[in-house]
Amino acid sequence: MATVTDTAARERWEKEIAAAPQREQPPTTVSNVPIEPLYTPESLNGFDPDVDLGYPGQYPFTRGVHASMYRSRLWTMRQFAGFGTPRQTNERFKFLLAKGQTGLSTAFDLPSLMGLDSDDPRAVGEVGRLGVAVSTLDDMHELFAGIDLAKVSVSMTINAPACIAMAFFLANAADQGVDWKQLRGTVQNDILKEFHAQNEFVFPPQPHVRLVCDVIEFCTHHVPQWNTVSISGYHIREAGSTAVQELAFTLADGFHYVETCLERGMDIDAFAPRLSFFFNAHNDIFEEIAKYRAARVLWAEAMRHKYGARCENSWKLRFHAQTAGCSLQDKQPEVNLIRVAYQALAAVLGGCQSLHTNSLDETLALPSEHAVTLALRTQQVLAYETGVTNTVDPLGGSYFVEALTKQMQHEARRYFQRIEEQGGMIAALEAGFFRREIAEAAFTYQREVDAKRKLIVGVNAFQQAEEKPIETLVVDEKIEKERIAHLKQIKAKRDGEIVRRLLDQIRRVAATQENLMPTLIEASRARCTVGEIMNALADVFGRYDGAAKW
Amino acid sequence: MIEPHPLRVVLAKVGLDGHDRGIKIVARALRDAGMQVIYAGLWLTPEAVVRTVAEEDADWLGLSLLSGAHMTLVPRVLQLLREAGLEHVGVIVGGIIPENDIPKLLEMGVARVFGPGTPLPEIVSFLREHSGASHA
Repeated sequence: MATVTDTAARERWEKEIAAAPQREQPPTTVSNVPIEPLYTPESLNGFDPDVDLGYPGQYPFTRGVHASMYRSRLWTMRQFAGFGTPRQTNERFKFLLAKGQTGLSTAFDLPSLMGLDSDDPRAVGEVGRLGVAVSTLDDMHELFAGIDLAKVSVSMTINAPACIAMAFFLANAADQGVDWKQLRGTVQNDILKEFHAQNEFVFPPQPHVRLVCDVIEFCTHHVPQWNTVSISGYHIREAGSTAVQELAFTLADGFHYVETCLERGMDIDAFAPRLSFFFNAHNDIFEEIAKYRAARVLWAEAMRHKYGARCENSWKLRFHAQTAGCSLQDKQPEVNLIRVAYQALAAVLGGCQSLHTNSLDETLALPSEHAVTLALRTQQVLAYETGVTNTVDPLGGSYFVEALTKQMQHEARRYFQRIEEQGGMIAALEAGFFRREIAEAAFTYQREVDAKRKLIVGVNAFQQAEEKPIETLVVDEKIEKERIAHLKQIKAKRDGEIVRRLLDQIRRVAATQENLMPTLIEASRARCTVGEIMNALADVFGRYDGAAKW
Repeated sequence: MIEPHPLRVVLAKVGLDGHDRGIKIVARALRDAGMQVIYAGLWLTPEAVVRTVAEEDADWLGLSLLSGAHMTLVPRVLQLLREAGLEHVGVIVGGIIPENDIPKLLEMGVARVFGPGTPLPEIVSFLREHSGASHA
């Protein structure tokens, strides 16, 4: 330790650094957090490796949730996909599996995400455009035709109508002859971040949270290997938050779901092990790594000490990461490939369990097959060629990373306190707290970019005049008409009397505390549509646009 | 520069797309530049947007779309503006608009399409410089 306690050396360094010129761009993270020129043992104020680090696979899981991490099993390479008709998306799924992808991830179109059928007047122009259109159980059949759901894990990114999508998925699995106990996968089912950031909500916050917890409760009993919610910071970050806000708001959302389930009388160790997380992988490599490590510690601590979980699996924060869509640029789009590679590196150094790498053309359109292949190859190079998988938590003990991990925990705790002071999650949400904080951070960032205090290659630095356009995927406009015709056929074939009876039953159950899932599964078999079920629920819950104008 | 009378700008998200990071930043920048900004909010139908433009007596309408539905929704808004006798209101579009669609939108009567990465001062000066000009 001679070099770091050598006061003469220290003084000389301090003098030299004071005299050294500073670059024009301040040394701050992408979230505008100032970074010291050097981190030393003194930066680790009270750091105790036994307490703060421990061993991977053990409390507080700073170094990872598994003892041997990627030495035993690589992360799941899971590319988010979906567009057009269920058949087209099914083809893309099979294409990705053939290229070596190890799990599926379903993108739904905007009407489906808002709980509207393809023939709803508000769906005009949006059917099948940003994802696959799913209005009935038949669509779900087609989506997963020929894919063995007992073997391939499936993620479904859907929130407001998550309980309906899950009901369709379970009915389809049963029709395929797959035992629900074998199903592996995730439904995003995280409504709170919709209110904070992504804006796909329909009902007021409280009934919406009840639906989230109906899925958690039902799957805990009947689909034991299913991740019942993917508590998501990704969209909070995409909306412009800082890394700390992403961390704090996501965990606060998780705490709220836990508390709601506990109020129902559920046993924490029965449901907590299947809660999962989803974080952004943004540009600032060390800030991101510290964020993932801090998240694991904060979650473990709360689950163990605040909520009294006894099972180790309840303490573990497992997460999916996706590279930051908002960091991609439409100028010199090939440069996005490089951004994505660095972001993926951060996610892996931070110990993610699964990863989606964005395609270089995603600021222009949905990914082409060529672009999505390169994105997947980026993960494969990282996994098999770079050596980052050889040891667990390679940055553990770095003065910088440990100091940043501590600092982020501290700042997240301050946010938890501010949320408490406002009366908890729902009160703070209804007061617009989260949206305001995020919008403020987004504006600050844009100002930094406009002032060139933050440089973005191709945008405010190193611009290039001539660019040849890259080929992008075009979704056929005929799809909308085809989907509407298809829906009409299904409605003509079904028994209208049974549909009416089940929609009434949904209204009845929604008005009680009873779990809605069994009724929703029955309704899906009767070919009640997503839109009809949402309308029945809205009859009871009402609709909410409280946040739509902030 | 001092405005003779402050420009009135209605900003709106049409369709189901919830990406509102950009439009809220633009709203704030235009306000800071002294314009009167009415952010009409999310999930609006073309009819609701045009109603707001009429009620607010706007000089400009800014539409934000990142959903790919622009070739359906923007022409509809332009048509409704004409039907309502609001041709004088300039229309700008922001969001994710593929290169090939930009000339088509301009031909329909959109004054300008601002893509991702546009510096805020560029939008402010465009609105100032092109105010008073009639909308095609």
